[in-house]
Amino acid sequence: MAHSISRRGLLQGAAAAGVGALTAGCATGGGGDDEGAKGSANANNPLAVKEDAPLEVVIFNGGFGEDYAKAHEAMYAERYPKAQIKHSATQQIGETLQPRFVAGDPPDVIDNSGSSQIDLGGLVSQNALTDLGDLLNAPSLDVPGKTVKDTLLPGIVDVGSYDGKFLVLNYAYSAYGIWYSEKLFSARGWQYPRTWDDMIALCREIKASGIAPWTYTGVHARYMSWPILSAAAKMGGVDVLKAIDNLEPNAWRHDAVKAAADAYYQLAADGFLEAGAPGMDHIQSQTEWCRGKAAFISCGSWLENEQKAVTPADFAMAVAPTPSLTTGDKLPFAAFRGTGSEPFIVPAKAKNARGGLEYLRVMLSKKGAADFTRKVSSLTAVSGASDGIPLPTGLTSVTKMIGAAGPDTFNWLYNSFYRKLERQLVNAACADMFAKRINASQWVDRCQQAADSIAKDSSIKKYKRV
Amino acid sequence: MRGKRLFIAVFLIPPLLLYGIFVISPYAQAFQISGTDWGGLTPDFEYVGVANFRRLLGDGVFWNALRHNGLLLVLLPVTTILLGLFFASMISVGGRRDRVGVHGVRGAGFYRVVYFFPQVLSVAIIGVLWKQMYAPSTGLINGTFRAVGLDAWATPWLGDPRFSFWCVFAVMLWMNVGFYVVLFSAAMQSIPRDIYEAALLDGAGRVSTLFRVTVPLVWDTIQVAWVYLAVIAIDGFAIVQIITDGGPGFSSDVVGLRLYKTAFTDAQFGYASAIGVAMFFLTLTVAAAFLRVTRRDRVEL
Repeated sequence: MAHSISRRGLLQGAAAAGVGALTAGCATGGGGDDEGAKGSANANNPLAVKEDAPLEVVIFNGGFGEDYAKAHEAMYAERYPKAQIKHSATQQIGETLQPRFVAGDPPDVIDNSGSSQIDLGGLVSQNALTDLGDLLNAPSLDVPGKTVKDTLLPGIVDVGSYDGKFLVLNYAYSAYGIWYSEKLFSARGWQYPRTWDDMIALCREIKASGIAPWTYTGVHARYMSWPILSAAAKMGGVDVLKAIDNLEPNAWRHDAVKAAADAYYQLAADGFLEAGAPGMDHIQSQTEWCRGKAAFISCGSWLENEQKAVTPADFAMAVAPTPSLTTGDKLPFAAFRGTGSEPFIVPAKAKNARGGLEYLRVMLSKKGAADFTRKVSSLTAVSGASDGIPLPTGLTSVTKMIGAAGPDTFNWLYNSFYRKLERQLVNAACADMFAKRINASQWVDRCQQAADSIAKDSSIKKYKRV
Repeated sequence: MRGKRLFIAVFLIPPLLLYGIFVISPYAQAFQISGTDWGGLTPDFEYVGVANFRRLLGDGVFWNALRHNGLLLVLLPVTTILLGLFFASMISVGGRRDRVGVHGVRGAGFYRVVYFFPQVLSVAIIGVLWKQMYAPSTGLINGTFRAVGLDAWATPWLGDPRFSFWCVFAVMLWMNVGFYVVLFSAAMQSIPRDIYEAALLDGAGRVSTLFRVTVPLVWDTIQVAWVYLAVIAIDGFAIVQIITDGGPGFSSDVVGLRLYKTAFTDAQFGYASAIGVAMFFLTLTVAAAFLRVTRRDRVEL
């Protein structure tokens, strides 16, 4: 053979083709800036939306579904009939949208929720989000004389703010507390305890009756860090939480945190936790609770929706704030942790960012929020939007808790600033403490070391809570 | 000649092109990205040299994950292959012997099918299934212990750092053994029966038949199995993520999961790529080392 095919030649050709493809399809290529569509502002259009600019909305298709968003889109279309609205819904927010962020072609509004949400800290530190400040200062769509900011429940602006800029709108409102079955409690003549001493006394009584006083999820043991930090905040004031959020040295070693950790460690030490709970995930432990195997569980107000399928009809789910640790607590018993969830964002590179802001304004109208509550049985960030809407028992008790607390709600932000700190490190410390592998003071040390490791890590952007 | 060349090229170029775009180029990009601080959400990044690799050296969480992969690498291939060989030889030559030679155990055909079942299920289903099996109060395992009065053995398996890794290890063994049983039985089928008969006539027992006749004659297959299992041991991502998500704490973490979490929950794609590059070399080294160590002269039949 004169010219046999050389294997090497072919490989070289293929390699060249590969390199060509590489430069064309580079993961880090793309980009390009554009100003985005903008119209002119007037009283009816305070955010200067370009009337005919198309709007793309991507919704997380999880517990809330996507129907509520279609209703909001219809409201937007009513205001801007010339705008074409592209709606899509997915469970894989991160996988679907991460490449579009890199390519500089993200949608205008994203419901960045679910287990594959895009890391908010990453989005913020890479300047990928539009400042929603204009939205806060715009007049509310249907509450006369008030700005959008005035209509929001306390805590919503805080939790969406990074270094003073409001970047994330958490649309749903979640209240955190300790849950119990009112039916079980009234049948046995038990009273929800207002102090920790009463809690321990009641736990003894519950245990004697053959029910586990508490259950929790060992897999996501951070659920138990919520009552600890809530109790600490009530005892020592909100500054305890601010120090933790700002990664201050020895923030976790504050006396209030120590006292709270001691108190909750007693549940493990005295055998008040359901056997086997260390191996349960959140659904397993919540289901045990719904089946009446345990009296108390720590969770947020999504619990009722999450457990809908397995909750007995007359269970009468109810939530209450964490019991006060001392009589000298800085916050009253009624104080609880309330914050937003279901984070909506407008990407910085969105083609119609003004339209995105306007869409959020539509969502935050009383009408839009009431419609959401009616459709998905969840409260929204909009104060009073659920008035007059019939709610299931658990959610009714949440509204009662909100009413009783008045201005005394609090929240912490370290989990949204430094996701890893809560999700991995504090979670691991809680798993160990409630399985009695470490005690309360070791738990405090572990959390402090974890916070210090984040503070020292120069690859993680730091935020300041004010 | 020219026509023939063109003809071959027409068939070769499309697959090579696809391979280049979807396999080679992401690999090449991982090398590039591992030298940056890319966060994965904008096109902007800075080159940081070998800083990511330096950080890797001092990252205790990474080494902890690597240690688990190391354990898997040592134990998974050995146990899977030994169990696979045992089951396969029981199926092929484990039963009665008569004038026509040795048979498999009774019901060998049934076992052959049953062992293969885990292979038919997807990793996701296996993971969810076993997670429920290990569940503390509703799970089958603790339920069985309680049913036979061994209440003290009922443990929150996945919630205890002493057991969590081994629980996942057991599942990996369960899901892989079946395939190698089938692979080894197929290899054993191709060994001529008269070799076994000759061995029997010479008075060889079953154990010495296994190690002196069967194993040398299926050595090629074992070698392939070894490399496959080593690659599975270095990965382990999917099953760990579903069953324990690395927990409690980091007690069942593996490098693949670390990579995933670094990229997608910590938004540090540069550092995650560095982990990926380290894994690439690790896998390559291990595969090469295994092939070298297990290299033997082929026995011609």
